[in-house]
Amino acid sequence: MSLFTDIRRSAKRLFAVWHARNLEFVRDRSSLIFTLGVPVALVVAMALIFGGPPRPLFKVGVLAPMPAAASYPFLGERYFQFVEQPQQAAAIHLVSRNDLDLLLDLRQRPARYWALEDSPKGYMAEKLLLQADPQAARQPIAGAPTRYIDWLFPGVLGMNLMFACLLGAGYVVVRYRKNGFLKRLSATPLSAFEFLAAQVLSRLGLALAVTLILYIGIGRVIHFHNAGSNALLLLVVVLGALSLIAFGLIVAAYFASEEVVGGLLNFLTWPMMLLSGIWFSLEGSPRWMQILAQLFPLTHVLQAVRAITLDGAGPAAIGVDLAYLAATTLVFLAVGAYSFRWRPE
Amino acid sequence: MIIDSPNPALLRVDNLVKRYADNTAVDGVSFSVPEGCCFGLLGPNGAGKTTTIEIMEGILAPTAGTIRYRGEPLGERFRAEAGILFQKTALQDFLTVRQTLNLFRGLYDHGLPVEEVIRLCALEKLLQRDNRKLSGGQLQRLLLGVALVNDPSILFLDEPTTGLDPQARRNFWELVQSIKAQRKTMILTTHYMEEAELLCDEIVIVDHGKIIAQGAPQALLRQHFQAVLLELPAEDWTPAARALGLTFFEAAGRVELSTNDLEGTLRTLMQSAVSLAHLRIRPPNLEDLFLELTGKDLRA
Repeated sequence: MSLFTDIRRSAKRLFAVWHARNLEFVRDRSSLIFTLGVPVALVVAMALIFGGPPRPLFKVGVLAPMPAAASYPFLGERYFQFVEQPQQAAAIHLVSRNDLDLLLDLRQRPARYWALEDSPKGYMAEKLLLQADPQAARQPIAGAPTRYIDWLFPGVLGMNLMFACLLGAGYVVVRYRKNGFLKRLSATPLSAFEFLAAQVLSRLGLALAVTLILYIGIGRVIHFHNAGSNALLLLVVVLGALSLIAFGLIVAAYFASEEVVGGLLNFLTWPMMLLSGIWFSLEGSPRWMQILAQLFPLTHVLQAVRAITLDGAGPAAIGVDLAYLAATTLVFLAVGAYSFRWRPE
Repeated sequence: MIIDSPNPALLRVDNLVKRYADNTAVDGVSFSVPEGCCFGLLGPNGAGKTTTIEIMEGILAPTAGTIRYRGEPLGERFRAEAGILFQKTALQDFLTVRQTLNLFRGLYDHGLPVEEVIRLCALEKLLQRDNRKLSGGQLQRLLLGVALVNDPSILFLDEPTTGLDPQARRNFWELVQSIKAQRKTMILTTHYMEEAELLCDEIVIVDHGKIIAQGAPQALLRQHFQAVLLELPAEDWTPAARALGLTFFEAAGRVELSTNDLEGTLRTLMQSAVSLAHLRIRPPNLEDLFLELTGKDLRA
């Protein structure tokens, strides 16, 4: 038999399997929608967030009232976003938290500014400011300013928590539904709520273990210091993990296809990645974006964790975040239990 | 028709209907299952028996009709007292046989000690084995164990021996007979008429979603057959024999005749020079009844 014949037969077999798989994929409508829908939605989201004029590289607060750009040439610089700040103390706090790269006070001349010394973007913004206005005077930031890595670290932990919680429990439930194990369980006194709660608690242990390893491991490497209570930090992570797992289970409560659930979870994780404050602060972003971000459990996890670790906040200061996470856990579990299907439709 | 029995009905099915968009799977089925009875639900593929049993198990909701367990609609008590072996059941991955039994035992307030279930289902040598590494027969024994952990008052067995080799099937029958000896109520669906004849006290045969026969197997056979059956190899069934006007059925290389006059039929065959060297005479069985009632043609 010639090599050409071998290749032709092999290609024929490959084509048969390729064709069948494509038919399966195209005919699984919900999977198709989510798989193709995610990139489309991502394009729309990116256009909304990053579209329009070039996105500024630096975020600079200006103490109110903000003067006209003509009166202070630096305000006309490209790639800078100037955000008016009504209160000086609050604005300095934003700089110390890396939410602003620099704060300007133009109510008196020479101008005064506040910036963090070890913030890369703060450093660059400061250099550009001094080039435009060599008279501007640096002001000290009271207390221990936040290192950029200390601001970023909770974001990294939060992102890991999101993936561990959202993706882990959902796929297992879908597999159980698909292979009929859920159908077997449905013939016992076990309720949907009990089943879902067991999945949440099982995943919680794993998510906490992974987060703890990262917290201790990376924390040591970067010499991370928690300014607040470790117990409170644990409470936030527990509530956040519960909320995120329950959120993932809503998606898994109904469908019997891993591909559909994968697409849906992908669809949900991207907005959270972009808007929950993992990588950058939403300070100065459009109002609708900030409101949307507040709907995500991860936003509240990161707000609370940063408040504890950076500002040493107590339970009262993060009460709203804790309440939101607890409430969403219960709501998500209730919705999941209501829409739960023991067997594929 | 409701089967009359000296025992009270444990489960009663009244005018059960299940409609899907394009067909009616169950069409007005009624029967009752007496306590302590092994009740067979038989029918060809697509007849509606699995739909019927899944409604009886509380897994599917009927379009119309009622199921009553101990006189009450299916509810918490039923779920606590029913044991179910589905036609296809997956178990949780990475668990051993013992861990699987412990998992299901943990879902019930009352039941048998796990050790007793292990003994009943002859699982002693498999306790540390991963579920995924069990043979077909071993898995069915484990699934039977899972169905027994709550010491059920009523046990559903949906085609429990389909796909098992003859040895494993007989082994499973022995287990079921030992459970039956405890006077547990059982509901069995099967494609194997030998299984139904061996295990069932009463049967219903369903086809196209309706009951076409019900009663005790022997009573049904007496009701439908006064004859005995003769089987011959097809090659012995000569053209002359075919012209005799006897009613016969031919399949798989054999010819089958039904007669009320055995001596007369044998005489006729010998006079037509039909070889009787490989003749087999047997009484009709449940399979004959099944084929008689549901037809012998291949279903679409």
